[in-house]
Amino acid sequence: MGMKFNTAKRHLREGSKNIFRNGWMTIASIGAVTVTLILVGVFLAVVFNLNKFATNIESDVEMSVYLDPTLAQDKVQSIQGELEAIDKVGSVKYSSKDEQLNQLMEDMGQTDWDLFEQDNPLSDTYVVKTSDPHDTASVADKIAKLDGVDKVDYGKATVENLFTVSKYARIIGAVLIIGLVFTAIFLISNTIKITIIARSREIGIMKLVGATNSFIRWPFFIEGLLLGVLGAIIPVALVLVGYYYLSNNMTDNISIGFVKILPYAPFAFQLSGLLLAIGAIIGVWGSVMSVRKFLKV
Amino acid sequence: MIDMKGVHKTYANGVTALNGVDVHIDSGEFVYLVGPSGAGKSTFVKMIFRGEKPSTGIVKVDNKDLSTYKERHIPKVRRKIGVVYQDFKLLPKLTIYENVAFALEVIEESPKIIRDRVMEVLDLVGIKDKARSFPDELSGGEQQRVAIARAIANNPKVVIADEPTGNLDPETSWGIMKVLEDINQKGTTIIMATHSKEIVNTIKRRVIAIENGRIVRDEAGGEYGYEV
Repeated sequence: MGMKFNTAKRHLREGSKNIFRNGWMTIASIGAVTVTLILVGVFLAVVFNLNKFATNIESDVEMSVYLDPTLAQDKVQSIQGELEAIDKVGSVKYSSKDEQLNQLMEDMGQTDWDLFEQDNPLSDTYVVKTSDPHDTASVADKIAKLDGVDKVDYGKATVENLFTVSKYARIIGAVLIIGLVFTAIFLISNTIKITIIARSREIGIMKLVGATNSFIRWPFFIEGLLLGVLGAIIPVALVLVGYYYLSNNMTDNISIGFVKILPYAPFAFQLSGLLLAIGAIIGVWGSVMSVRKFLKV
Repeated sequence: MIDMKGVHKTYANGVTALNGVDVHIDSGEFVYLVGPSGAGKSTFVKMIFRGEKPSTGIVKVDNKDLSTYKERHIPKVRRKIGVVYQDFKLLPKLTIYENVAFALEVIEESPKIIRDRVMEVLDLVGIKDKARSFPDELSGGEQQRVAIARAIANNPKVVIADEPTGNLDPETSWGIMKVLEDINQKGTTIIMATHSKEIVNTIKRRVIAIENGRIVRDEAGGEYGYEV
C-alpha cells in the first residue's frame, strides 16, 4: 500500500485547497467547531477547578487521636509506630499536651490560664492523615481499638457530608462533560457531513475517472484535520488569554484567597492541547465518516 | 479490443436493459451506437468501463474478462478507458488544468510528466488558453473539450463517448466530432452513443443499432436509420 511521495504531497495540497475553495461551507464547519469547543473549554476549566477545590478540602481532613492521659511516656512514643504501621495511614504527627495547651491559649486569647498550666487537663495527641481522605472513617475505627487510645475525633458528620457532596458533584461534572463532548462530536460531524454531501457528485466523478477510494479519502482527511485545527484556534486563544487574567485576579483577590484555581502552567496548556486534539479528531472523524458513505459506488 | 458474449443485464428494479448482446469491436475502430431512448445504449457502454456488471455473459476489454477483476481493482479498469459524458462530469472546484491532471494523478504519474501531458492534451483539443479557468466559466462545447482531454490524458486504448454532443448546439458538435476523429486517427478505439442523425449520416462509420436490449443492426458505414 505504498504511496508515492508526490501523491502524498498532492493529497496535502488538494486538502488545503479545498478549505479555500469551499468558501462558506468551510466557514460553517469551522464555526461549528469553534462554538462547541469554546463551550467545552469553559466547561472543562470549571469542572477541573471544582474538582481541584473539592480535593483540596478533602485533603484537609485529619483526625485527632487522643491518648489515655495516664499513659506512660515510653508507651506514648511506641504508639506512633503502631499508628504508622496501620494500612492506608499517610502521616502521623505528635503533639504533646503542653503543645496542645499552648495552641489553645493562643487560639482563645488572654485569659487566666495559670490553673491549667499547673495541672494540664489535655491529652497527648497524634494528628493522623490517611493517604486517601476517603479512608478516614475506616482507619479511625482501627485506631480507636488500639491500646492506650482514649478517643479518635475527625468531625464525622461534617466529613461524611463533605464526601457525599463532592462525590455527587464529580459524577454530575463527568456526566455533563461526556454529554457536552458527544454533542460537540454530533454537531461538528453533522456540519462537515452536510458539506460533503454537497460534494457527493464530485466523489462520483472522481471514481469514474479511476480514483481509488483511498485516493479520494486522503484529501478529505487532510481537510477535516485542518477544519478541526482551524476551528480550535479561537477557543485555544480564549483559554490561554482568559485563564491568564482569571488566574492573576484570583490570586490578587485576598477575600477568596483560599480558593486556589489550578495554576496557569501547565493547566491552560493542557486544556489547550485537549481542545486542539478534540477539534482535530472530530474534524477527521466527521469528514472520513461522511466520505465513506459515498465511496460505495 | 472489446468482446461481449451473451450479455444480459437486468437491474434491481426488474428492468431488462440488455437481452443477449454479442459484439466484437476491433482496435482502432470508430463505432456509433444508435437506438431509441431506453433501448440499452447507456447500459451497453457502462458494461465496458464496469459502470455496471452484466447479470450473465462475458465482457472482455483488451482480451481481459472484466469479471475477473476484484472490486478494488475496478479503478484500474477505468484508467485504461477514457469516458466522455453528455453532462461533461467535470469537477467544479478544480480548474481546467487540474481536472485533466486528476486523471494522471490517480495513476501516480510524476509531476513533470503530468505538467507536460496536461498541456499537450489541452492543446490537442484546442483549449490550452483556458487552463486556469474553472468549468463554470466555460461554454458547453469548451467543457466537453476538457472532458475529452481528460479522457485521453493517460493514453487509453478506448474512448467511450455517451452522447457527447447531446447538450451542444450543432456547430459546436462538429468541433467535438473533429476532436474525436483526430483521436481515432491516432489509433484510439472510439465508441460513441448518439442521437444525432446528422453526425451519423455525415461522418460515415460502423453503426450498431440497439433496440429492446438487442443489437438489431450492425453495418460498416451505416445510416442513423431513425426518424428524429
